[in-house]
Amino acid sequence: MGIVVVDVMLKSEILDPQGQAVAGALPRLGFNQFTDVRQGKRFVLTVEGEVTDQVLAAAREAAATMLSNPVIEDVVSVRAVSPAAEAQAVTSQPAESRA
Amino acid sequence: MRIGVVTFPGSLDDHDAHRAVRVAGGEPVSLWHGDDSLRDVDAVVLPGGFSYGDYLRAGAIARFAPVMSALIPAAQGGLPVLGICNGFQILCESHLLPGAMIQNDHRTFICRDQRLRVENATTAWTSDFEQDDEITIVLKNQDGQYVADRHTLDELESEGRVAFRYVVDGPQAPEPWAVERYDRFASRNPNGSYRDIAGVTNERGNVVGLMPHPEHAIEEGYGPSIDGLKFFTSVLKSVVNA
Repeated sequence: MGIVVVDVMLKSEILDPQGQAVAGALPRLGFNQFTDVRQGKRFVLTVEGEVTDQVLAAAREAAATMLSNPVIEDVVSVRAVSPAAEAQAVTSQPAESRA
Repeated sequence: MRIGVVTFPGSLDDHDAHRAVRVAGGEPVSLWHGDDSLRDVDAVVLPGGFSYGDYLRAGAIARFAPVMSALIPAAQGGLPVLGICNGFQILCESHLLPGAMIQNDHRTFICRDQRLRVENATTAWTSDFEQDDEITIVLKNQDGQYVADRHTLDELESEGRVAFRYVVDGPQAPEPWAVERYDRFASRNPNGSYRDIAGVTNERGNVVGLMPHPEHAIEEGYGPSIDGLKFFTSVLKSVVNA
């Protein structure tokens, strides 16, 4: 099993109302150090077998045609990730083990 | 005159669009998102709603529905197409119209009667209006903020392709439940749309998209006016003249 991760962000010149809402709420929890928040999208695409160059090319095409709208968004990265690393990234860990 | 109305999973205003076509004197024809046939219609309405739950981006998944593979080349060939609200979002995602729609800048859903100025009365869907007519129809959306880069906006302006603009200079009755919000809306457009753009057209004038809902303003006693009817009488005439 192979995994491709695609990250998409709103272009910097496009207003991000969701990010603004989060930025407005953080100080209520005492987080006063964050002056701005921008919220993006992360797609985790799973394939059978290895992530070949062909798979990556298909993922890039999917990212450009459907996963993002080039008028308002940028595809920040399209990359192969090992299933173990992805599993670790999404598994919640005890607070003390997070750096 | 056969006017198709596409129903996607999550379309809400397809029945009102049918009714508007009928009241204007046309024959509404149901089109289904999963069919790749347009059933020989003379024009198509993409109605409002939340197709595919607005997942991914509003209109992004509907844009790849089978019916769109028939609609996109037909629209490029001159078939009149009107996108209302979610339909406008689908037209932008399809690149039949420039720009894109993002969340309202005030982050709240808005529903109210909205004044618009007709900026282009020569399209297939606006020919029964006069240039600079002011009309009042219903606006209701979450993702209604029209955005595009400056080059695209300048091009739209210079080619007369801004079809409708929000009127923001006059008083508008505040909703009693939202006086505080009204203050924020009083001197600006209702969703943050760049250059107050409420609707645009393609070069040829056959494809028009707008955020507010003409199909909800076609009968006395139901809605703020009957200004919406002219969208549908316009296209019936344009089909006859074609």
